[in-house]
Amino acid sequence: MEILKQLREEGRPEDMQALLEHIPFARFLGVQADIKGNEITMILPFQEKLIGNPILPAIHGGAIGAFLEITAIIQLLFISQCERIPKTVDISVDYLRSGRPVETYGRAIVTRQGRRVANVRSEIWQEARDKPIAASHGHYLLTPI
Amino acid sequence: MTEFIDDVPAFGQAIGLEFTDVRDRVVRLKVPYAEHLVGDPYTGVIHGGVITAALDNGSGWAIRHTDLWEEGISMATLDLRIDYMRPAVPGHDLLIEAECYKKTRTIAFVRAVAYDEDINDPVATSVAAFMLGTPNQPRE
Repeated sequence: MEILKQLREEGRPEDMQALLEHIPFARFLGVQADIKGNEITMILPFQEKLIGNPILPAIHGGAIGAFLEITAIIQLLFISQCERIPKTVDISVDYLRSGRPVETYGRAIVTRQGRRVANVRSEIWQEARDKPIAASHGHYLLTPI
Repeated sequence: MTEFIDDVPAFGQAIGLEFTDVRDRVVRLKVPYAEHLVGDPYTGVIHGGVITAALDNGSGWAIRHTDLWEEGISMATLDLRIDYMRPAVPGHDLLIEAECYKKTRTIAFVRAVAYDEDINDPVATSVAAFMLGTPNQPRE
């Protein structure tokens, strides 16, 4: 993918915000990356269009799944140099609490990184880090440089 | 039997999700290809998250819009596991078929397939479990 190469050549391979702005669906969701030192926190600002249940109201399970997946992929790209954006092989999502209409945060841990496949766990939360609204684990196909 | 479904949630509307039909407990829906759904701008392949959202929504409808549904009962997704087999073909509509294959008093199990032309050549498949009878009242 050209953008990854471009960021590498410009000496800012860790500029995940620039990468997100190149992915139409990430831009549509409004996902942002907040980097502090060697840690990255993903942010999903609340928007009306994210609503799945208007009565509660609650964020759509699909938006939650997508945010978990983006959180995992950005974490992978942050810690390793890839030729292309990792492809999701599978993802398993646990919905733990309903997502309130507020900002959501996400972090991911790469539990194992092989040459071709990485295992990544993601967790997302709102008001309290220790009360996650959803968690996922997934396998992602890598294309190392 | 084909019924009209007018409860596409805001996020479903935002990704362009449309109800197609329901027959023999199999619910069909589609997501027309659109630029804002793209995950890789160089290939035009739609983002995995779009497929996740469509499978999640379709799986819910497989309970809510079949004879399995009891009025007044609410539900919540417990878990959703998705296998991605291949990229969706750019420019093609994403099609979903979902079916609830087991329902108990408290839990419903749903499988679903995402494809773009041939259902026997899936883009992704999923299994989901839903909890039934969860609270569905506005929060204070």
